[in-house]
Amino acid sequence: MLKLLERTHVRPESLAVLVGLAVVMAILSPVTGSGVRVFLTANNFFNIILASATFGILAIGATYVISAAGIDLSLGSVLGLASVSGAALVVTLEWPWYFAIIGSLGAGAAAGAVNGFIITRGHVPAFIVTLGMLGIARGLALIISDGRGIYGLPPEILFLGQARPWGIPTPVFILVAVALVAHYILAHTPFGHHTLALGDNENSARATGINVRRQRMMLYTISGLMAGIAGLIFTARVNTGDPTAGLSYELLAITAAIIGGTNLFGGRGSILGTMIGALIMGVLQNGLNLMAVQAYYQQMAIGAVLIAAVWLDQIRTRGRSLQ
Amino acid sequence: MNLLELAGVKKSFGAVQVLNGVDLTVDAGEVLGLVGDNGAGKSTLMKSITGVYSTDKGHVRFDGIDVTHLDPGERREMGIEMIYQDLALAAQQDVANNIFLGREPTKRMLGLIPSFVDKRRIDRQAQEMLDQLGVHVPSVHIPVGMLSGGQQQTIAIARALTFKPKLVIMDEPTAALAVREVESVLKLIDQMRAEGIATILISHRLNDVFEACERIVVLRRGNVIADLKRDKTDMAEVVSYIVGAHG
Ligand SMILES: Nc1ncnc2c1ncn2[C@@H]1O[C@H](COP(=O)(O)OP(=O)(O)OP(=O)(O)O)[C@@H](O)[C@H]1O
Ligand SMILES: [Mg+2]
Repeated sequence: MLKLLERTHVRPESLAVLVGLAVVMAILSPVTGSGVRVFLTANNFFNIILASATFGILAIGATYVISAAGIDLSLGSVLGLASVSGAALVVTLEWPWYFAIIGSLGAGAAAGAVNGFIITRGHVPAFIVTLGMLGIARGLALIISDGRGIYGLPPEILFLGQARPWGIPTPVFILVAVALVAHYILAHTPFGHHTLALGDNENSARATGINVRRQRMMLYTISGLMAGIAGLIFTARVNTGDPTAGLSYELLAITAAIIGGTNLFGGRGSILGTMIGALIMGVLQNGLNLMAVQAYYQQMAIGAVLIAAVWLDQIRTRGRSLQ
Repeated sequence: MNLLELAGVKKSFGAVQVLNGVDLTVDAGEVLGLVGDNGAGKSTLMKSITGVYSTDKGHVRFDGIDVTHLDPGERREMGIEMIYQDLALAAQQDVANNIFLGREPTKRMLGLIPSFVDKRRIDRQAQEMLDQLGVHVPSVHIPVGMLSGGQQQTIAIARALTFKPKLVIMDEPTAALAVREVESVLKLIDQMRAEGIATILISHRLNDVFEACERIVVLRRGNVIADLKRDKTDMAEVVSYIVGAHG
């Protein structure tokens, strides 16, 4: 088990945190009529994964850019833009159902490509470009939808969010499939090796002949694409292209990546670690919901987890370099 | 025909003119020493050969081909390798991956999924390369950042020699090495010459330069001010060129 974790670059601590947190939530959660803790019911289990699926896919995008020493603050807003883009094509313009997929994924990838283009060509820091895109994408989503949800998608799309083949919600299948592909690419292909090397030492990447500009361009496009997929799932789940979808989800996504073991300064990242990170965030949110903690406090809790995770990591790396 | 030929290479960073039209040739299998004061432009000149810096003016020809507009990857492919002064290693990646960075061999996973990095082959060949160089590191699986400066330097050397180069540029390759390791690098250069690999050695240690190089070029403020045969010069003359006291 430890060996598997090591091979997949998952930190044992993050797994321990997940288990510990689940135990705490189980103990603190209320009891159902049949005497079972609500947290432990199968239904609740799917609730957690279902909620985690959306920002889990965002967190995959975050893992790619952060492990290359970049950042994408626009993830949540691009999710919203993707949600309304897909819905507008199919509902407002009455195009065939699959344009919801093309529209969402296309809008996400396009926003990511714009980020990548300005970062690599204009030499504007990723922090600034994606912060700007956070505003632009949200504004554009509100303009496209006229500030209202675009309601009523065809059944083919609803299937992607609401169906339960073999009792398991479709988004779970999508999350697992995307995570497996993303893991393969990051851990086992030259593209993944180059991504980590770029985040580790840009000079090293350049000197060994890696096309740094193209690499970055692709990473931000991938990040946008992930927001597109997440936006599609969101639309399908709530049957609405929602311009406010994914609001402050970048906080969840980046936190999931960081507590999953991605190095904030680049050079290290693991998709499986990120998935555990996303589950931790999902359990935390779900548990707080069950205990009827107000959403305002939940926001605070998540922000605090992010800061604490980076702080602990700093203490640990300092300790190591002092040895 | 010359292996490497620079003609009128100019480079500036903003207002600072670092290279003022450098002409330089290197033959196949030749070992050239490049010396000069701190800031003379040696590293900048070498990075314009590898393509890490693009030149403002002038041409770089390698193996009969104009490579001026090729990127570093394409030039590496042609046989130009460089050991950088700052080593350019990725500290968190392991030894083997560093040696194969940018050149990862791939296969199909389960005979199906493409682009699977053949990690087993990387590890094995990296270990073979290190054994061949007589380098000892605890394991090819540990991150490069956990090695000593001297060990890191030998990893950078291993990376440069793994892909059958025609020209190896060494920018201060012995700066972090103990006496015995310096000797083995000099011996290595001799061995490379015997195999027909050309070397450009940059070093502030003139003893090493005189021992390894048959030809010595002095760079001063971005100009080549002397191109000397080892047998027709001595350290005093080279030093006087370096400090600008000659003529
Ligand atoms: N990326 C850069 N941006 C701005 N200036 C630079 C850059 N690289 C080098 N320079 C400047 O170019 C000049 C030559 O530097 P270079 O590193 O080529 O010298 P060098 O001969 O290798 O010196 P040393 O012996 O100290 O290694 C220096 O004045 C340096 O400040
Ligand atoms: Mg230098």
